[in-house]
Amino acid sequence: MVRDVAFGQYFPGSSLLHKLDPRTKLIGFIALIALIFCTFNYPALAIIVGVTAFLLLSGGIPFKFYLKSLKVILIVVLITSLLNLFYGSGEPIWQWWILKLTWNGIHRAIFVTVRIVCLILLSSCLTFTTSPTELTDAIERLMKPLNTIHFPVHEIAMMMSLALRFVPTLLEETDKIMQAQKARGADLDSGNFIRRARALVPILIPLFVSAFRRAYDIATAMECRCYRGGTGRTRMKTLRMSGRDAACFVALALIIGGVVLCDIFLKAAI
Amino acid sequence: MSAILELKNLSFVYGAGTPFEKKAVDDVSLSIEQGELIGIIGHTGSGKSTLVQMLNGLMKPSQGQVLLGGKNIWENPKKIRDIRFRVGMVFQYPEYQLFEETVYKDIAFGAANKGLTGDELDHAVRRAAEFTGLRPDMLEKSPFDLSGGEKRRAAIAGVIAMNPEVLILDEPTAGLDPMGRELLLSQIIHYHKEKGNTVLLVSHSMEDIARVADRVLVMNRSHLFMLDRTREVFAHGDELEKIGLRVPQVTKIMQALREQGIDLPDSVLTVDEAFDTLSSLLQREGKIW
Repeated sequence: MVRDVAFGQYFPGSSLLHKLDPRTKLIGFIALIALIFCTFNYPALAIIVGVTAFLLLSGGIPFKFYLKSLKVILIVVLITSLLNLFYGSGEPIWQWWILKLTWNGIHRAIFVTVRIVCLILLSSCLTFTTSPTELTDAIERLMKPLNTIHFPVHEIAMMMSLALRFVPTLLEETDKIMQAQKARGADLDSGNFIRRARALVPILIPLFVSAFRRAYDIATAMECRCYRGGTGRTRMKTLRMSGRDAACFVALALIIGGVVLCDIFLKAAI
Repeated sequence: MSAILELKNLSFVYGAGTPFEKKAVDDVSLSIEQGELIGIIGHTGSGKSTLVQMLNGLMKPSQGQVLLGGKNIWENPKKIRDIRFRVGMVFQYPEYQLFEETVYKDIAFGAANKGLTGDELDHAVRRAAEFTGLRPDMLEKSPFDLSGGEKRRAAIAGVIAMNPEVLILDEPTAGLDPMGRELLLSQIIHYHKEKGNTVLLVSHSMEDIARVADRVLVMNRSHLFMLDRTREVFAHGDELEKIGLRVPQVTKIMQALREQGIDLPDSVLTVDEAFDTLSSLLQREGKIW
């Protein structure tokens, strides 16, 4: 069922990660994700894995949900690691036809797998512990300097939060329309590619119609509440950094320092 | 008369094996005769929508069986699509399923999926349009140009055109104005009389149910609470109120009068019936002539 997608879901809670300022989390996670791709040897990779494990544990979200989000990219991971396995350079340790296994290839495959898995785990961890509203708030605040070059920061943030808000609604709507068309004998899961694509028409058209209807409704509702864009708008909840956030930034600096030092002083494995 | 639909210990569990596990339908057994018009009532979340969606195989029961004409509908899971033509299902707010260029094509969608072609298809579409009171000139319009009530009727026609043996309507009158409700309801009665098919009507309006149903099925907290003749069910006003339902207003008034010691039958279902009963009573007592 379409509703079972775990990726991007928010789980309310009161863990350390939940309590952090969303700006700290956003900056921290982006920095960590960038850092994943700056690891070139095993000690550096170990730091990232350790940090990821620590964050997952401190978020307090059942591990099952992380597995669910990993399941989605399982095939991508398998294909990329297989490709990397046989594309390494150097002395082959095993060869069959054009497939050449090298130590370099094995290292590459390990790195790419660990990197993608960490990437998905970290981004899931962020969305699991941060509500969409907090996330867009953080983005709006962080992009505020762009206002000076007349970039519509508030409008973009509003669009994002509206889009996020309607993801579950539209999924539910899709489900309902699918049921209704199935009840009229629509055959959704047999036949070749063209037949299946055509079978989507009875679902997509009503879905678009209802998306537009909802868009008009929400526009009217916003106007009724005198919404007039971002200028001069105050917030009910202002974001505030605390000691916790400062500690996080210190930890982040240490992690970045650790990885950079490993990269500089230790031999690269790939 | 023979049973067209038979439910045997039917249960449905949402999210089995997760912390969100919830029993939506719990051990429901009943049988529905060919040609009956059954009203289905129950509080929001009582399991009535889940129950009806199991009847045409849109949901697979966790336990138990649905027998259609004596045969288990899940006997051959590959043939479940055929069941959906035999048990027609009209969802809540069905107008949101319209998608074709013209009303005609949209009504024909289900029937064409069933395999009808040519004159047969044309006949089915026009007949269904007639039942739901859509004028022939409306058939060439885009479904998105119709009014709300007309859209609803076009969507219902799309299911009727498949000529199902059992027609299930999930709150067909929700959100319509009083005129639209009245019209749609009388069309359903007309359809039922003329075709002699089995009709299941889910509704929150006790007045509607009291007017049309032969028997009423009451769901409460996933369980079958009652299934009896309409008059018997609405005679149990107290019990219905305990589970958050009510009886038609006129039934309630007549019951109150009866409690005052006035000699009235214990279950009066419609305003017309109440009028007749009261006027004959007053005549008997010589109050009016």
